[in-house]
Order: sequence, then structure tokens, then C-alpha cells
Amino acid sequence: MKYVICQVFATVSTGPVGEGMTKTVEWLLNHAQPVFLVIDHAINGLAGAIEQILTVPAPWLLAPLIAILAAWRVSLSFAILSLLGLNLVLFMGLWQPMISTLALVIAASILALLIGIPIGIFSARRQHIWAITRPVLDLMQTMPAFVYLIPAVMFFGTGRVPSTIATLIFSMPPVVRLTYLGIRQVPIDLIEAGRAFGCSERQLLWKVQLPNALPTLMAGVNQTIMLALSMVVIASMIGGGGLGDVVLRGIQQLDVGLGFEGGLAVVILAVILDRLTQSLAASNFSRKSLPQRFKAFTNLWTSS
Amino acid sequence: MSDMTPQINIDKLWKVFGEHPERALDDLCQSMDAEELNARTGLKAAVRDVTLSISSGEIFVVMGLSGSGKSTLLRMINGLILPTAGEVTVEGKPISQLAAAELQKLRSNKMAMVFQSFALFPQRTALENAAFGLEVAGVPRQKRLEKAREALERVGLGKDLDRLPQQLSGGMQQRVGLARALALDPPILLMDEAFSALDPLIRREMQEQLLELQAESPRTIVFISHDLDEAVRLGDRIALMKEGKVLQCGTPRELLCKPANEQVRHFFQDVDAASVITVDTVAESPACVINQAELLLQQTDQYSKAQKIACIIDENNVFKGVLQQNGEIIPAEKGPALTAETTIRDAMELVANAPYPIPVIGSDQRLIGVISPRRLLRSMILR
Repeated sequence: MKYVICQVFATVSTGPVGEGMTKTVEWLLNHAQPVFLVIDHAINGLAGAIEQILTVPAPWLLAPLIAILAAWRVSLSFAILSLLGLNLVLFMGLWQPMISTLALVIAASILALLIGIPIGIFSARRQHIWAITRPVLDLMQTMPAFVYLIPAVMFFGTGRVPSTIATLIFSMPPVVRLTYLGIRQVPIDLIEAGRAFGCSERQLLWKVQLPNALPTLMAGVNQTIMLALSMVVIASMIGGGGLGDVVLRGIQQLDVGLGFEGGLAVVILAVILDRLTQSLAASNFSRKSLPQRFKAFTNLWTSS
Repeated sequence: MSDMTPQINIDKLWKVFGEHPERALDDLCQSMDAEELNARTGLKAAVRDVTLSISSGEIFVVMGLSGSGKSTLLRMINGLILPTAGEVTVEGKPISQLAAAELQKLRSNKMAMVFQSFALFPQRTALENAAFGLEVAGVPRQKRLEKAREALERVGLGKDLDRLPQQLSGGMQQRVGLARALALDPPILLMDEAFSALDPLIRREMQEQLLELQAESPRTIVFISHDLDEAVRLGDRIALMKEGKVLQCGTPRELLCKPANEQVRHFFQDVDAASVITVDTVAESPACVINQAELLLQQTDQYSKAQKIACIIDENNVFKGVLQQNGEIIPAEKGPALTAETTIRDAMELVANAPYPIPVIGSDQRLIGVISPRRLLRSMILR
């Protein structure tokens, strides 16, 4: 028995597959440096800008703003709950880390959606693209997240950029899958109706497929944002900063209290983000025109 | 009703589903029936060698049980399904050879479709649904909403413009579906079991509405149905399909009175013949016809005892009146008479109550024959 275990550990060194991967990464490091530089600047700019914007309003202004949004889109009781939650974060002194976490989540999610939704649409419309996309998505979802932290660090060093990229990769699959599913699920008779009334392929996409896929697609958006939030904690290991850092410090120093505070702040942020993005997926949202939405908004103040 | 220019021509059309569908087209396979073909080759022949020509302005009903290939046939007319062999020609344009853009234009301008499942867009209001075809065609918003509103008013939904499909009943939803098609004002209307999902009462109402719309502005309607009564009520002509083949194509009366084979007869055995057969086909020639000019010269006892009357006509065969046994003349405009297209059902009461056989007159006022209660009864037995 002992011998077998020794044998196993002995073989766990880089094999030919790993060698290939290492070579690829090295080649990219030597030859694709300018590309990484551009990506680095772009992501840094985006994440930095979002963080700047979120830092402009003071906590006493931003928290009520979020509460108003919650009251409008979800319910009054949820608005009160989120206001209490945000106050608790402020009280624990974790406001600034929360803002940088939020900025990172938003930046990664925006990029994931910008890349993921078109991929989902293409996959739904061309079966052979889906045949390629599908195993790649499986790979992205099942590969342990720590594994692609390593090349991310090698390409971009530590900090905000590799964290955003790792988060982006980890959180993209649901929106691709659910966009694909949403478009595929549009009833065949609606597609036929679209075609029978003279739709071109593009009109079919914009006038028939996307409007009918919207609820499913929005569920994908919600899932992507939630996954991004969960990845942000892991990304703190490569200097993502924010609440992940607080949790990580709690683990490293075996400080239960600090870890709990960080975790609690993540949960509060998660619940608020989840409910707000879910409300976007609610089917009545897409149906209301802008004046109707404005009226619903003003009703908040006129009715008790 | 129809001028006889064929608007849709279907020429030796085949649709076979499966791998390498062209295998079904060789001579051996053509002789097999659908079941044998499927067992030997794994292919499913939905439409087999169908040739039809549909004239502009007629209601053409394609009838058959489910799985007979009638919906597939309809979808090949507007190119939603491409044929395996053969060709559909709409107003001279071969559908399977059109480029995508041309086909879209043809669908926008010439043909609109109404679906069994209504196929309304759930996130659009009734008005927006009705305006869909015009929106796709690029008609400006104000104009297309105006036209959509007119179309909805025509089908009796002028008050429910802003409701969503899920807030409407089945009958109302299909009215929106019909309005969506009518808003484009297409010369051809394709209706795929359009009324099959509706309650019998609503279905009847919709059928009547369709006939009214057709009377207002005739279009070519290709109507798919599995309901025989519906086919007989609506159809100017009916094509009866089974296992992808057309068993017989003709007017309801032709299919009923001269079935091409046992299967057609079997199909039509439950049809109420009295509401299909018209009086001109069962009228017998009058035993005694007197020319108007000779009337004064004739002896009154010359007319037949059996029919009790003599019909009076002028030199052009135009019906002028009836000479009764007692010598009394009833002029054409006062006495009872039947027009040629009256159905037996509608004629029954008049014929049963009249003291003598009723004259049947064509649209040009010429005398076709007379019909007695006895003749009427026999026509019901001997169909």
C-alpha cells in the first residue's frame, strides 16, 4: 500500500501534456506581449472607471440610491432590508472593500455579457458552432478556478486585471448556455410565423427570437453576475482586493471574526445584486413602455 | 366566383423526410405505399407526387386526416419547407429557385399565413401583433398601426387593441391572427387548420366571418382542414389527401356524387348530402313545355297528367310561367321557383309544400327543369 502511494506521488510531475501547455504559455509570453498590454490597459481602465464612479457618491448617498432602486424594482420591504444590510457593511468598516469588489464584479460581468451573449446567439443559430462552444464551456466550468489563476498571473502579473479575467472566464458559461437555451426554446410556430411574414434572418433574430428568449437570457445574466461575485473572493489570492482580501486575511490569520465580517458583507452584496438582477428578468419589465415604467416609479411616492 | 387563371401551380411535388430523400423518387419506391417505403428505406414521404392548380379568388380546401401531408404541402407553397422534387409556382415565380431576399419579398407582398396554434407573439399587444407583417416590410410606424387597427376592426376586435394575447380568448386570439394576415392585404391567404383549435360555436362564427370577408374582397385562400363539414362549407374546391397523395380534387359536389374511389366515398359517407347537392343536378326535365308564342293555339288538356303543369318558355328558353291544369297561368314573377344553386336542404320546405313540381331556373333565367317532392326524395336515396 505504502509503495503504491509513493508511486502515485512520484508520477505527479509535469507530463507531456503539461509540458505542451507550459511551452504555449512561454511562447505567448515572449511573442504576444503587446496584445497583453492592450488588454491590460483596457480592463484596468474599465474596472478603474467603474470604481471611480461608484466612489463618487458618499455611502450616505449611494445606499439610499440602491434602496430606491430596490423599492422600485422589487418591494418596499426588500428596500428596507437592503438599506439595513448596507448600513451594517458601513458599520463593519468594509464599505471601501465592498465598492472595489462591486466594481470588479460589474467590470467582469459586463465583459462576460459582451462576449457571452453573441457567442450564445451564434451557437443557437449554427449547430456546428455549438458543437465547438459546448465542450469549451464544460472546460471553463469544470476546470478548477485556481488553475487559470496561474497563467493569468503570468500574463498580467497580480492585481485587478488578472482577477477580472479569471472572473470573466469563470462567470461566462451560464449566460452563453442560457442565451442558447432561450433562443432554442422559442416555439417553432413563432419562428414559422416570423418567416411566413417575410422576416429576414436578422429580423427573425431581433423581432422574434430575442424578445421571446429574453426571460431566459436575463436568468443567464443573473447567474453570471452571481458567479462573478463568488469568483471575486478566490481572485483575491492574486491581488483582486476588496472583500476577498478581508476573507483571505481572516483565513491566513485564523481570525474567525474578520473572516465572518468579510463573508457577511459578500452575502449582503450577493443578495442585493441577485434580487435586483432577477427583477430585470421578470417578464413584466420588458413589456412596460418607458412612460409606464416612469409612472410605476412615481407611484412609489404618491401612493402610501 | 373565380376567374380561371391559376395563381398557384403545384407540379409533381414531393417531400420526403430522412437521409438521402431522393431515394424515394425511383420507380420502385414510387410504387410502394408509405408504410412499405418507411419499412424498407426508413424514409418518410409526407407529400407524394401532388399536382394541383389553384385559381385566383377561390377557396381551396386541402382535406385529410392528420399525417396526410397537408400541412407540409401548405408550407411548401410559401417556402417554409423546400420540396424534395417538383415545383410550386406562385404567380409565375418558382418558389424553390428564389433567392432568400426575393422569397422574403414574395411572402411579404403575396402570401400571409394563419396558424392552428395562433402563433401570436406573447410580448406584443393585439395591435402590435397585427402590425407585425407591415413592420417587417418596413412600413412607417404610424401607417402600419393605422392599417393594423383597420384589420382588427374588420375582424371585430376594435376594442381590444392594447391587450396581450394571453388576455384574449382562443377565438379572439385567432381573430388577431387573421387580422395580422389581413393587415398585409395579401392576394393569397394560407390557413393551416386555422379554426381547428376553437370551440364548435366559435369555429362556426369564424367560418362565417371568413366567407363574409371573402365576399367583400375575394382572395385566393388555401385552407387546410381535417374537418369534413368545414371543408364542404368553405371550399369552392376540395383536394382530399391520404398518405401524401391526392385522392381526388374537385368541387364538394363532385367528390360527394362522383367519388373517384372507395376511399373517397368512405370519407364522404357522413357528409350531409342535402347541404351540398344543388337542385339543378337533381331536377328532371318537365314533361310538358309550351312555347309562349304557341300558348293560345294549344289545347289546355295537352299537358301531362303526371306533373299537373306545363312550363311556359319563350323562344330563348327563358322561363315565363306555369300553366296549371285548370287553365290558369301563373306568371314567372309571381309563382314559386328555385335558382340553380339552391341546395336540396334549402329547397325542401318549398318543394314539400307546393301543389305542383317547382321549376328550377338558371342564373340567365332559362328553365333547367322541375323538381317534385318525389324526385327530391329519390335524389337523397340514390346519391
